[in-house]
Amino acid sequence: MNNSGNNKERGIIRLWDADYPTMLTKKFLNRKPYVPQNEKIILSFMPGTVQKIMVTEGQSVKRGDALLILESMKMMNRVRAQSDGVIKKINIKEGESIPKNHPMIELE
Amino acid sequence: MDLKDKILELQRRREIAAKGGGDKAIEKQLSMGKLTARDRINALLDPDSFHEYDLFVQHDAKDFGMDKKELHGDGVIVGTGTINGRPISIFAQDFTVVGGSLGRMHAGKITKIMDHALKMRMPLIGINDSGGARIQEGVNSLAGYGEIFFRNTLASGVIPQISVILGPCAGGAVYSPALTDWVFVVDKISKMFITGPEVIKSVLGEEISQEELGGARVHAEITGNAHFFAHSEQECFEQIKKLLSLIPWNNEEKAPRAVPKPPKAEYDIEKIVPVDPKEPYDVRDVIKAIVDDSDFFEVQELWAANAVIGFGRINGETVGFVANQPLVLAGVLDVDSSDKIARFIRYCDAFNIPIVTLVDLPGYLPGIDQEHMGVIRHGAKILYSYSEATVPKITIILRKAYGGGYIAMGSRHLRSDFVFAWPTAEIAVMGPEGAANIIFKKEISEAPDPEAMRREKVKEYTEKFANPFVAASKGYIDSVIAPFETRKYIAHAIEVSVNKDAGLPRKKHGIPPF
Repeated sequence: MNNSGNNKERGIIRLWDADYPTMLTKKFLNRKPYVPQNEKIILSFMPGTVQKIMVTEGQSVKRGDALLILESMKMMNRVRAQSDGVIKKINIKEGESIPKNHPMIELE
Repeated sequence: MDLKDKILELQRRREIAAKGGGDKAIEKQLSMGKLTARDRINALLDPDSFHEYDLFVQHDAKDFGMDKKELHGDGVIVGTGTINGRPISIFAQDFTVVGGSLGRMHAGKITKIMDHALKMRMPLIGINDSGGARIQEGVNSLAGYGEIFFRNTLASGVIPQISVILGPCAGGAVYSPALTDWVFVVDKISKMFITGPEVIKSVLGEEISQEELGGARVHAEITGNAHFFAHSEQECFEQIKKLLSLIPWNNEEKAPRAVPKPPKAEYDIEKIVPVDPKEPYDVRDVIKAIVDDSDFFEVQELWAANAVIGFGRINGETVGFVANQPLVLAGVLDVDSSDKIARFIRYCDAFNIPIVTLVDLPGYLPGIDQEHMGVIRHGAKILYSYSEATVPKITIILRKAYGGGYIAMGSRHLRSDFVFAWPTAEIAVMGPEGAANIIFKKEISEAPDPEAMRREKVKEYTEKFANPFVAASKGYIDSVIAPFETRKYIAHAIEVSVNKDAGLPRKKHGIPPF
């Protein structure tokens, strides 16, 4: 059985101030960089369809106010503001299908 | 009707039932590059050893027109036979019979042979090739799965359980293989997922092929669900036979002994490992330089390749090897390699197989993704498994053993029975570079030439701590040995551990960090 090979590439890992020449795995190379959470950008927590948008640009909202309804996994999910603010931009339309982590609404 | 006629009638019935879903369905099965369930059993077992049971079992579903359907064997073939002359129980789902779908009687045949296997203390092989639950049978089908999972769990650690995925294995069906000890997959043939591409597309709008979602490579390389990957069904059957030659038949036996053979001369242990602890090498070559005939049977070769696990023999006796792999990711421990090592240790411990650990690692892999994926919880599994294992545990420190990695990899402190170190071993809280930068931070920054001072301090630290003798002076290491003495020391350690009796406190079971 010899299945090694094409899923790795040569590289160096730096650990505690020392360089180790080694093979890097696909999984290691493809790891997602960390993005800090921004309460002002409302991301879709799941892929789904925008059923209803309850706010308009320029409108003031309070933390906990419902912004839109995202249908996902056969559930009508009410998406709420995570902080007080003013709706700066709405990037979605009613009826639109969107992927996960899509920036739906931006607050300021 | 005289006896002869009755026997002829029996043969007629057998022939019809043995055809499963009939010629057309068999042709379709073959056109997909798959063997039939019956041919698979015959290819795996010793010639003429298979004895079938429950051939004439019929389903009893009435709804949705099922009362008019006759399903031969209800879509699964069960029986007993031998492999290398040792008894084995087996079931193989027959995809030619309504897609090998699982109904109440189909599940009943499987649970019956599972009960036999457990009672007779012999291994169970399950060949999975099924479209999933037989929807017409409703909750009866779900009940069937549950009964199988329950038996998988009861039999776990008592008899070896082998799952062979030779077709689709989707939805609830995946959890029986997941509960068994060993999962074998074949390229282009095996497909395993909880929800298939159609459901994912309709619910989430994401498109992916069956192969990309849960093909053999995915499970052998990315998820770690599979333990052995083959390019053909025939190669897969050879792998199963090889595995069975190395493991005991149940938890009260020892693995079968083989005629001792020396390692092959081409593997010169002193030439494999560079003295510089930062230079990579393939730790599998070290194992091949130690084991009989240089024959190492690796488990989960493609997944979490920064750790190596597998079986080999030393003086004819099966040993489970756990090793860091400097060739991949510098041999660090991370979430996946922790899971891989921990589960393998538990297998060896359950089935009386001594564990030999080869240590050469810089520590745990730093990173936000690792921390957020729970490297604390996963890493703890290694500590738990080593600490709990009562089989003989022998550890060899080849080069670096830094920090938490030193403790985790079968250290004396987790009650390894024998800990040996090569003269190249470096046992320390971290590597000399990192340590010098912390301990001598002030000296380095205040020196007229900080770089020269750093080099000097790294050298000082290396000379003082980067060796096995500090740990040996405390008795944490039993012997410092030359690399060429490794096989001899391991063989002797196993020999003198034959009556090992390490008591654990009485308990129902522990709470491992699953």
